[in-house]
Amino acid sequence: MHSFGYRLNGLLTFAVTILALMCVIASLSDNLNIPSPSAEIQIMNINWFQKQPKGSDEVSLRMNISADLQSLFTWNTKQVFIFVAAEYETRKNSLNQVSLWDAIIPAKERAKFWIRSSNKYRFVDHGKNLRGKEFNLTLHWHVMPKTGKMFADKIVMSGYSLPEEYI
Amino acid sequence: MDWQGQKLAEQIMQIMLLVFAVTAFVAGYVLGSFQMMVLVYAGSVTLTGLITIPNWPFFNRHPLNWLDPSEAEKHPKPQVTVISKKKGSKK
Repeated sequence: MHSFGYRLNGLLTFAVTILALMCVIASLSDNLNIPSPSAEIQIMNINWFQKQPKGSDEVSLRMNISADLQSLFTWNTKQVFIFVAAEYETRKNSLNQVSLWDAIIPAKERAKFWIRSSNKYRFVDHGKNLRGKEFNLTLHWHVMPKTGKMFADKIVMSGYSLPEEYI
Repeated sequence: MDWQGQKLAEQIMQIMLLVFAVTAFVAGYVLGSFQMMVLVYAGSVTLTGLITIPNWPFFNRHPLNWLDPSEAEKHPKPQVTVISKKKGSKK
């Protein structure tokens, strides 16, 4: 530590190492948070339900999505990414998941909301299996931290079904 | 700085950084603000740097006693005589 440069280097190196440790502990502190989110989705209307010219079924629906995700936010949260997926079973696949809508919640104040929207992304099947199909709507969320580990979870809402015939 | 001063500077630096790091973390956690933690820590790193890096006088309280120049002249350095040895020749 016999010169200005040596001391400066030692200080900066030690400071950055400690900063890295602080970020690790901050990420670990996220585990102390026990979230209690809630959500509800209503299908307000089936806009149309048709077979595409070359074969697959497609449906457009209007949803009312309401959720309270404020308990997901901690001091170490940058944003929460959420998306709604329709899940159903067909003869060929035990699980089909189609993402219908997503959003980014940048702050805790915006995490309690309701929104009425038709599906952002097309609800298309691989085949013609959607007539009369029962499906679940799942709200997934990814809590993206400022530093450290990302947590992801979901709420499954069941009991939705499509009409028996094309509209 | 003298030797004692260097040791003191290093100790002060390590202790200050650790203490301020804990303070910054607690402040950020309690206030629920990550930005506050980083700001407090950045400020404390600057403060620590201002205290430990420049050559302040209190780091020089045990100065080394170099030999006085007039005293050194009285005891000249011994001359080293170079003996060159040639391989294979013995006289």
